[in-house]
Amino acid sequence: MASGAELTSQEYIKHHLQNLTVGEGFWALHIDTLGWSIFLGLVFLLSFRSVAKKATTGVPGKWQCAVEMIVEFVDDSVKSTFHGKNPVIAPLALTIFVWVLLMNAMDWVPVDLIPTIFSWFGVEYMKAVPTTDPNMTFALALGVFILIIYYSIKVKGIGGFIKELTTQPFGHWSLYPVNFILEMVTLLARPLSLALRLFGNLYAGELIFLLIATIGLFQLPVHFLWAAFHLLVIPLQAFIFMMLTILYLSLAHEDH
Amino acid sequence: MNINMTLFGELIAFVVFVIFCMKYVWPPIIGAIEARQATIADGLAASDRAAKDLALAQEKAKAQLKEAKVQAASIVEAAKKHEAKVIEEAAGKAQVEKDRILATGHAEIETERNRAKEELRAQVALLAVAGAEKILERSIDAAAHSDILDKLVAEL
Repeated sequence: MASGAELTSQEYIKHHLQNLTVGEGFWALHIDTLGWSIFLGLVFLLSFRSVAKKATTGVPGKWQCAVEMIVEFVDDSVKSTFHGKNPVIAPLALTIFVWVLLMNAMDWVPVDLIPTIFSWFGVEYMKAVPTTDPNMTFALALGVFILIIYYSIKVKGIGGFIKELTTQPFGHWSLYPVNFILEMVTLLARPLSLALRLFGNLYAGELIFLLIATIGLFQLPVHFLWAAFHLLVIPLQAFIFMMLTILYLSLAHEDH
Repeated sequence: MNINMTLFGELIAFVVFVIFCMKYVWPPIIGAIEARQATIADGLAASDRAAKDLALAQEKAKAQLKEAKVQAASIVEAAKKHEAKVIEEAAGKAQVEKDRILATGHAEIETERNRAKEELRAQVALLAVAGAEKILERSIDAAAHSDILDKLVAEL
């Protein structure tokens, strides 16, 4: 435990779920979330960029092979769902998949390791899994939501978009307000569910890790089991986020 | 759950990352992958073509071999025929030559014999005359007669 035995388990968990924060209220910034997410994003971009810079069309090296596997996997996912031509979708999906995967993967790092190291330098709070911060997941979802709105209007026109929101599922004009309410719920549920799904899964996973960390010696096998279970959860959540992003943007491109 | 400015910080980071990925990461990697796929597809097509060409060439070679065999057989046949003909012709010629030589020989022999006969005839006549002369010379001596006759005979 980070700050010694004088903490009760409730205080311990609360402590570990506290972000390193600068500022007050709405203007506060979670330095740990920002720091780790940007660090992991740079890890992703720079490692992939190193391949992109010397990408050979001949026999690829091992690292290039690994990167190409991920790129092809994302490309296949995009091509199977999104049938239009849009140069943004595939890089967007790749960024989301790898970035979220890396951020989720921070869940595997023992819950006390990073906070302890930072506590030596006088940093009191350190939450190392950015996707357990709703700010992170809502930022991703909001980015996707803006793209949904942008492409809906770009492809269908502002009139077409409004028409889509009002003229279905009921065809009669008197029911248009009802339609609008229903469609708005559908539209808003998309980013909301995206953000909450990722946040909920990872937050719950992190919470269980913390709970396990409070049970003493037997935490080791239980930790192992829970971490092994996260072999499934971590890539799955990253994949779901990517696939739903592709799907929503593909729906935004469809003209009814 | 406390939503704050972190969200917008992350949103900016997200946008920057996606743009960087779109500009500098995705196009070169997917380009390399697609170029390699094209190369592999070309290679496979070429090997397919080569296999087809090989099969075609083998078939052609087989057909040519067959044709060559047939031609060789016909040439041998023709040669045999020609040989037989040449032999036959030679035999015919030889026969004719032989007949001619024989005929000439016969004719020569005949002439020679006729000439000898003539000569003999002439000599016989002379001998007869000479014999008669000798007989006439010693007509009394019987023993001498036989002597003469013996001589005559010996002279023949």
